Amino acid sequence: MSNNLQDKIETQEYIVNMGPQHPSTHGVLRLMVNLEGEIVKNVDPVVGYIHSGIEKMTESLAYPQIIHLTDRMDYLSAHMNNEAVALCIENALQVEVSDRVKVIRTLMAELQRLASHQLWWCVMGMDMGALTTFFYGLRDREMILDIFEETCGARLTLNYSTPGGVMFDLHPNFQKRVKEFTKYFRKVLPEYNQLLTGNVIFKERTVGLGPLSKEDAIAYGVTGPTGRASGFACDVRKHNPYSAYDRVQFNEILRTDGDTFGRYQARIDEMYESLNIIDQLIDNIPEGDYQAKMKGVIKLPEGEFYQRVETARGELGVYILSDGKKNPYRVKFRSPVFSNLWVLNHLIKGQKIADLVAVMSTLDLVIPDIDR
Amino acid sequence: MSQDELISRLSQLTEEVTVSMGPQYVTCQVAPTHLHQFCKKLKEEKDLAFDYLISLTGVDMPEYMTTVYHLESTTYRHMIVVKSNTANRTEPTLPSVCDIWPTALWHERESHDLLGLVYENNPDQRRLFLEDGWGFPLRKDYSDPTRIVER
Repeated sequence: MSNNLQDKIETQEYIVNMGPQHPSTHGVLRLMVNLEGEIVKNVDPVVGYIHSGIEKMTESLAYPQIIHLTDRMDYLSAHMNNEAVALCIENALQVEVSDRVKVIRTLMAELQRLASHQLWWCVMGMDMGALTTFFYGLRDREMILDIFEETCGARLTLNYSTPGGVMFDLHPNFQKRVKEFTKYFRKVLPEYNQLLTGNVIFKERTVGLGPLSKEDAIAYGVTGPTGRASGFACDVRKHNPYSAYDRVQFNEILRTDGDTFGRYQARIDEMYESLNIIDQLIDNIPEGDYQAKMKGVIKLPEGEFYQRVETARGELGVYILSDGKKNPYRVKFRSPVFSNLWVLNHLIKGQKIADLVAVMSTLDLVIPDIDR
Repeated sequence: MSQDELISRLSQLTEEVTVSMGPQYVTCQVAPTHLHQFCKKLKEEKDLAFDYLISLTGVDMPEYMTTVYHLESTTYRHMIVVKSNTANRTEPTLPSVCDIWPTALWHERESHDLLGLVYENNPDQRRLFLEDGWGFPLRKDYSDPTRIVER
């Protein structure tokens, strides 16, 4: 092309709307992508399409009722969300739950984490054009959901934790089925690596893409496997143990690469750690009550209470401000995905638009957790 | 640093700050005029190093509006709560801390959207979840005209 002609062709920035119904946004998220050619200049997420006003609703509900709303936030970490509110209420009332409850909650949380990471893995593959992973991931996740169904009757929104314990005692089959599952999953997890982790095309698309430094991870408040892939030691289970995490041995997965592949690998490694935690606990479920004695109407003492929990996506904080009545005065959920989402612009600036989907997959966004 | 040491260290940082032991964490009550300066020191002083803003919560209290900051140091693992109040309900203004902790940018935007708090020097104070012109739902005097069931 002659110089003369090149001068005549005008380039301009333009905005592409990705979403709110785009399949790779996994929900109703709209991204206003500012492009120059195919280079992303700026990404402005527009949220609020499915805001459900949970924080406002809690102000007119009793404390045990709040738990039922929380698993609608990050529905893939339903149990951890329930647990967070239950723990916060128990702390405020200084109720000591039995060891059995602590172990049951930890087991359920780790199963939930596995189920969540399985779904993330299969969807990640699908986002990048590998449909096979979707079937593998959902096949294995089904086994966990069946265990959940047998334990508490629900597959997705568990509602299993209550203030002071859990809703039902474990099903007699629980130990047997969990052991079957861990044995089976240890066998098939290497298949995940064969399918995607070692795949040359996959690596070409992910290694070195969208790097996040440790300093930026801390500054942007990016937690969970996403933050830990950058070396930000943010595992609440390790640093502020709750339930039975102080009695199990596990490694906090910390990596230094912090790119898309690093975030991917961090989650795969976490699945092994979750299996380890389950293996340590499943044979040692202590006997005891599954529900501590609680008053019919729960009233929290005046004051403010904060509880941090590690969900599958990062740190969930529950802040309850109580004025001594049976409803809270103000509840705030510091949801992990809300904080993680905003780092997207920082990661994708200057990259190609085709890489946007890959970067977004490893942030593991669940939209109702943003629009809570 | 033990909690007692933390309390005495924090009370020396600026004027207009009251440090006390809350139910769980050390709590600092700072005047809005000194908030930014105080937060900057929290992050920059080597022995404090509060580099991680966990959560930012706006609250509508009966007599004032307040913002609650939960902070943690990733080096020392100590955690504190910082609070700042403003009595002005028509234009409740607090200084922004988004230049200290970038994550505050969107947490402040959320708080602005739902409670109408204004954060000075925050470059992005558009509504986040709701449309322009909507009320502020997390304020206690907010009434929802579409709510059919009266309690």
